[in-house]
Amino acid sequence: MSDGDRLPAASDVVERALSLSRGDDCVVIVGDGSEADVRFANNTTTTNGLRRDRRVTVVSFLRRPGAGGGADGGAGGGVAVGVASRGGAVDVAELVRLSEADAADAAPADDAVALVEGAGEDPAFGAPPVLTDERSIDGVVRSLADAFTRARSAGHVLAGFASHRVDTTYLGSSTGLRRRHEQPAGTLQLVARSADGTRSTWAGAGTSWFDDVEIDALHDRLVTRLAWAGRKVDLPAGRYETLLPPDATADLMVVLSQALSGRDAEDGRSPFSAPGGGTRLGETLSSLPFTLRSDPVEPGLECAPFVVATASGTDVSVFDNGLPVGPTAWVGDGKLAALEYHRAAAARAGTVARPPGENLVLELPGATDSLDDLLGRTERGLLVTCLWYIREVDPVTLLVTGLTRDGVYLVEGGEVVGAVNNFRFNESPIDVLARTTEAGRTTRALSREWGDWQSRTAMPALRVADFNMSSVSPAT
Amino acid sequence: MPVDPSFAALPLEEVRAAALEKAAGLGCSHAEVRIERIRSQVVVVRDGLVQTTVDDTEIGLGLRVVRDRSMGFAATVELHPDAAVALAERAVEMAVATAPALAVPVDLAAEPAHGEVEWSSPYEIDPTTVAVADKVAVLGDWSARLLAHGAVDHVTAMVLAVVEDKQFADLSGTVTTQRRVRMHPVVEAFAVDGATGSFESMRTLAPPAGRGWEYVTGGSWDWDTELARLGDLLAEKITAPTVEAGTYDLVIDPSNLWLTIHESVGHATELDRALGYEAAYAGTSFATIDRLGSLRYGSPAMNVTGDRTTPHGLASVGYDDEGVAAQSFDIVKEGVLVGYQLDRRMAAENDLGRSNGCAFADSPLHAPIQRMANVSLAPAPGAGPTTDELMAGVDSGVYVVGDKSWSIDMQRYNFQFTGQRFYRIDHGRLAGQLRDVAYQATTTDFWGSLDAVGGTTTYVLGGAFNCGKGQPPQVAPVSHGCPSALFRGVNVLNARAETGR
Repeated sequence: MSDGDRLPAASDVVERALSLSRGDDCVVIVGDGSEADVRFANNTTTTNGLRRDRRVTVVSFLRRPGAGGGADGGAGGGVAVGVASRGGAVDVAELVRLSEADAADAAPADDAVALVEGAGEDPAFGAPPVLTDERSIDGVVRSLADAFTRARSAGHVLAGFASHRVDTTYLGSSTGLRRRHEQPAGTLQLVARSADGTRSTWAGAGTSWFDDVEIDALHDRLVTRLAWAGRKVDLPAGRYETLLPPDATADLMVVLSQALSGRDAEDGRSPFSAPGGGTRLGETLSSLPFTLRSDPVEPGLECAPFVVATASGTDVSVFDNGLPVGPTAWVGDGKLAALEYHRAAAARAGTVARPPGENLVLELPGATDSLDDLLGRTERGLLVTCLWYIREVDPVTLLVTGLTRDGVYLVEGGEVVGAVNNFRFNESPIDVLARTTEAGRTTRALSREWGDWQSRTAMPALRVADFNMSSVSPAT
Repeated sequence: MPVDPSFAALPLEEVRAAALEKAAGLGCSHAEVRIERIRSQVVVVRDGLVQTTVDDTEIGLGLRVVRDRSMGFAATVELHPDAAVALAERAVEMAVATAPALAVPVDLAAEPAHGEVEWSSPYEIDPTTVAVADKVAVLGDWSARLLAHGAVDHVTAMVLAVVEDKQFADLSGTVTTQRRVRMHPVVEAFAVDGATGSFESMRTLAPPAGRGWEYVTGGSWDWDTELARLGDLLAEKITAPTVEAGTYDLVIDPSNLWLTIHESVGHATELDRALGYEAAYAGTSFATIDRLGSLRYGSPAMNVTGDRTTPHGLASVGYDDEGVAAQSFDIVKEGVLVGYQLDRRMAAENDLGRSNGCAFADSPLHAPIQRMANVSLAPAPGAGPTTDELMAGVDSGVYVVGDKSWSIDMQRYNFQFTGQRFYRIDHGRLAGQLRDVAYQATTTDFWGSLDAVGGTTTYVLGGAFNCGKGQPPQVAPVSHGCPSALFRGVNVLNARAETGR
């Protein structure tokens, strides 16, 4: 939506807010976003949307002298923080005043550390945002009519969603930070159901610019899988050897990545808390030498190479805005290797700050097999398509429950021999890593459950022993 | 209650007129514009120290049009007449671009024009006018009370507050201006067993409510008593025996049952789901439209209504986001499916007459879709049984209190829920807490096992801020009222044993 845009330049908003700040320090974040999407179901388009948004966040910092006159945390002193954000064409002066009023009332912040110093302005800092619009998904929109025709003649029904979003983030601070980051994020998802609703399957893909995904390719995969479902096999609840394709691996590893809080682990509130206090860092999680990592420069999964924090949380801090983010291995050589900390918590724990990752890669060094290779070596097991409605049941073990969805297949003698009913599973992703007996090569994957906010994942297919299919779901 | 002056000061009339006139000029048979300002505040206090503060105001303008029976939507954060005109062009472009693949042309069920009307949810104190420091002070006080208990090692206290100002206008001449206020204060206490590395938690049962800051300071919820009991309850939970998996009669407290209603009845009776329009995301429903009027959903004790007028209900409005006046309607009557939640498009597509007013968009930047009304289970007529009286009829059972983990399949058959605390029922009496309970059932079996519902004295309006549906995903607040209820022969799992460790 580049035409008709009357919003003031984001970099000017940053500079104006900083110039109006009367606090000791100030951080300003402008997020400029745009989005285009189309949705369809029952072989017809249903809803669509184009949107342009902006959010301006101002963080004001006020130093409080301590009893001894110290300024930075000593003797009861510290830094108080106020945060306020507002969408649209913002009254910057009002927003700065709001954040300063909150800071004036606030007690010194628990996560206070010196702000990150700027090291020159990003070359594109003054450039306008990258905006997407309907042209990004035009290829999908134009191919829908043909896809529906193909589906109707084959006796199945398509549903799905194509969405493209680009966020451009501008970060400035009174300590000289002037950073800019462009973040594209797209997903294409397709479900094919037989007309009677008894057979169903899904395929999805994450993409940055919609130049590497097309509906026909996903459709071909679905046609193959619907054919697999020509034979139905009823299986009872139980523990089964289970093949997780990369997308389903992502469903579970994103859960694990959300449990990596260092503070929670040290407080005894996490599956990574150790008996007797402390954390399970260094403990072996899997006999296979897995690496689970995040890296802002991971090819195809690029994300912000610096911290952008519009609010503090357990492991993120507004004080860390602009902090460079490097690669982190959360699991290395099969052992728990790192937990998330903001700088203040890291200092207290005697470790280094590690912001939560904005992408996630699981890999087994040296693995080259595809899902089909794993399938070909399967004597008897289940192949799932994806997992759904995953919710934590027991935070001590990270036990989660959820459903298999849109296709579970029985594999015998290295071949798919039919489609199986769906199951409710109860499993911990930590246990899944421990019970994985084989992993394939890492490929780009889309978590169906979490892809709305974490579409940047690369995962291997896994062969998991004794996956706990707790009960049968009659859903199709 | 009058429209908030600072919302009224926005260029509402110029912007809406510009959008609607342009849409009409471009040949749209229908156009509706929403101008919204949504202020959201979050304060999180962890172990007595502030962890998170958010004070966010979303402002924007969304326009949905129907042209040649194809629908288009466009939205922007720019509240300017020129932006509104550009938006109309964009929305029409989307309607045109998606028309070639449109197999079910769009019609909207008729709704009378309501003229210029105003509505506000009932509240006394706008929570966004309460300073962050005052919110921190309340949460700090609550945390300190719990941290003083010997069994409590950690406390997280949080308050969410939202004030939604919204103006809707369409080509029929309806202009609604509405304000909704809602709050969710919640405190969770943790007990850590240092020797084993295990831990337990318990949180307050106070539901989110369509109320102002008076929810915290006034008399509608007894915070003092709930906070005073929480430490002892957690201490008892730590030493409670683990449940033996098996079949039990369950007496389910409203603090738990609301979520089971939400998942197994609320979502299953959304007509867009039943028709397959959520097949790629939220899912479909076993309660298909061919079974309307005949599906035996549950026992004759089951009576469920959808209601957008419930006082303090999180889904209550004066008018929905398609300009339809709020209504109350039957969904399940004496155990039989008799109604669905509708929006204007679904109602017209299925010749169901007028929409019952369940359209909602969580943001000016999102198009309205069918979302949940306050879907509630009716208590027993007359005085009805108390919770104790329901338990009196149970030889071997479990009393389930508070919601925690929830999951249900994509056709709303198979579900699994846990809770905040569980008590053994032995020959009609409570016999101490149990741990690790999860109940698992198929929706129609479960509701078929409903033996009795409690009376009005057991009735509580529960709910959540965060019901998800749609693509792009939207989050909706919704309440569910229910009495305590007795279910016979429900499958109970031991959650710890499910790990197989």
